[in-house]
Amino acid sequence: MLEGLMQGLVTVFSFKMILMVVGGCLIGTFIGMLPGLGPMSIIAIMIPIAINLGDPSAALILLAGVYYGAIFGGSTSSILINAPGVASTVASSFDGFPLARSGKAGKALTVAAIASFAGGTIGALLLMVFAPMLASVALLFHSAEYFAMMVVGLSAIAAFAGTGQVAKALMMTVAGLMMATVGEAALFNAPRFTAGIMDLQSGLGFITLAMAMFALPEALYLVLDPKRSNTGGSGDGAIKDLRISKDEAKQIAPVIGRQSVQGFLIGVLPGAGATIASFLGYAVERNIATKEDQDQFGKGSIKGLAAPESANNAACTGSFVPLLTLGIPGSGTTAILLGALIALNVTPGPRLMVDQPEIFWGVIISMYIGNIVLLILNLPLIPYIAKILTVPRNYLIPFILFFTLMGVYIGQNNATELLILVALGIIATILRFADYPLAPLLIGFILGPMLENNFARSVQLYDGIGFIWQRPMTISLLVLAFILVFLPTYRARRARIRAQGVADGD
Amino acid sequence: MTLNRWIAAIFLLICLIYGYTSYFVMDALLPPFMKQSPIWPSSFPKVLATLGILLSFIILLTPSSKDFEPGADDINYRRLGDYHLFQALGLLGLMVLYAFCLRPIGFLVSTVGFLVLSGYLLGERKLHLMIPIALITAVGVWYLVQQVLGIYLRPLPWFLGQGG
Repeated sequence: MLEGLMQGLVTVFSFKMILMVVGGCLIGTFIGMLPGLGPMSIIAIMIPIAINLGDPSAALILLAGVYYGAIFGGSTSSILINAPGVASTVASSFDGFPLARSGKAGKALTVAAIASFAGGTIGALLLMVFAPMLASVALLFHSAEYFAMMVVGLSAIAAFAGTGQVAKALMMTVAGLMMATVGEAALFNAPRFTAGIMDLQSGLGFITLAMAMFALPEALYLVLDPKRSNTGGSGDGAIKDLRISKDEAKQIAPVIGRQSVQGFLIGVLPGAGATIASFLGYAVERNIATKEDQDQFGKGSIKGLAAPESANNAACTGSFVPLLTLGIPGSGTTAILLGALIALNVTPGPRLMVDQPEIFWGVIISMYIGNIVLLILNLPLIPYIAKILTVPRNYLIPFILFFTLMGVYIGQNNATELLILVALGIIATILRFADYPLAPLLIGFILGPMLENNFARSVQLYDGIGFIWQRPMTISLLVLAFILVFLPTYRARRARIRAQGVADGD
Repeated sequence: MTLNRWIAAIFLLICLIYGYTSYFVMDALLPPFMKQSPIWPSSFPKVLATLGILLSFIILLTPSSKDFEPGADDINYRRLGDYHLFQALGLLGLMVLYAFCLRPIGFLVSTVGFLVLSGYLLGERKLHLMIPIALITAVGVWYLVQQVLGIYLRPLPWFLGQGG
């Protein structure tokens, strides 16, 4: 581990890599502040640039920097103007915006900056300790277990979707898996489901799908409903006082500690990710707070701001564990990162640490640097950063759309792909109207080929699907997947029956 | 029927077509030597089609009380007319136009046109501001993409040569 760490240090401490981290954080922060562009869209936009760097470590470090920056930038807009640019910073606006409105914008941003810094740094530390452990466990996995693991991952994503949403999330996952079968499969050497269209021969582009699922619907939502981009009034004078008192520091320290660990653990689970970590962090801290503190939540409690901020940053780091060690993305964002890695000829998985330690450790070291850069960036630049938020909607939306188009065009160099993007974007927007979650579709699309290949390999090895019950680990994982899918439904049903019973009893 | 169910019904239809293709069309086209293999190109799609059909039935048949009701901050699709629907459709149209124009009339003209027209559509009338900003963006992005990253983007219309 020490040797790898040293190699990582050597990789990162070169001028080029530091430039990548700083550049990534800056780009991520600035674009992340614009409502409507979340980390997923920003990373998707950055992928063509990253791939063209040619160097996988540089590309991954750049994208990781963008990722943190985007999460961080999202909190700025959700605190200052109650416009969370990113789903995972929605919880930050619960208490951040009331704080900003009561003239403590500076303090709120400082709390957010410190909580994010602590969350990210503690997350990176935990990643350093746990990733090798997880990777050594992962080496015991064969293709049958990989297949089962991916089924668990996909079911977890669906299971975390929320009550009443599980079937929808599963349907979206299946839709993503079906889309992944379009085109020529490496395994069979024959095109499938192309309907004779030449442009579909090589399958759907994943950047196209990512843009169509996230950036385009968000932009269309901004167009449809101007209130979403409403930049509320935040006086310049309010942002002046950045200091936190000793008493306040004492209040938030345990919150940050707890939520960094909890956030990291949630981030490790495939499918949970930063959004759930931040909501859960907020909920947990609210539940365990004293009665007086509890009343403050939602009205401008610094605890209520520190909890989701540290949790979402720790979770972002945590989601790198399954990505780097098992090759399974824990969230939509890491799914996009996985796509980028594959495009760069890097196969994430247990062999990554052994075969390309400079990439693995380089990313971890860059996380520390990224966090420090973010802290340095955010504190003194707070008043200036806020100015960007005043970009009028009439300029913002055309630019979002243009960068979406550009991202797709650069990736594929094919104008037909732009038409596919528009068509898929319209479908995605309609799906969003009906509250169908879109992330499972993308995750299914990216995991699809891997799922099928591992399934096919196991079937070939065992001459049938006997591997399911012949390998104990496979069957246990599949049982776990089954439980993950059915437990929330079962519990929701039981709660409903109980509620009905109470109502009847009255 | 709510949008929720319409989507499930359409998905069911897609799954049926997908399933028909994988169960009948693909297997019929399979070369004889491949039939010896325990796994066929259609094996995985068959599983997916079955799952998809099952899931769409679950959504179609679950009691309607669980149907999604948009929250206050969300867009209510039942009142789409209350929103800026024409602007959204106009922007989508401009995106399609951009896709068709990109090759023949070149990146610079298409991009400036797209940015200015979509800004105009959204209500921006300060063209003396919008046009220079669009121009700077177009030239900047073109420079970054073609000159720095080395990805070919035809900058000018077809009658003015290849550029770059």
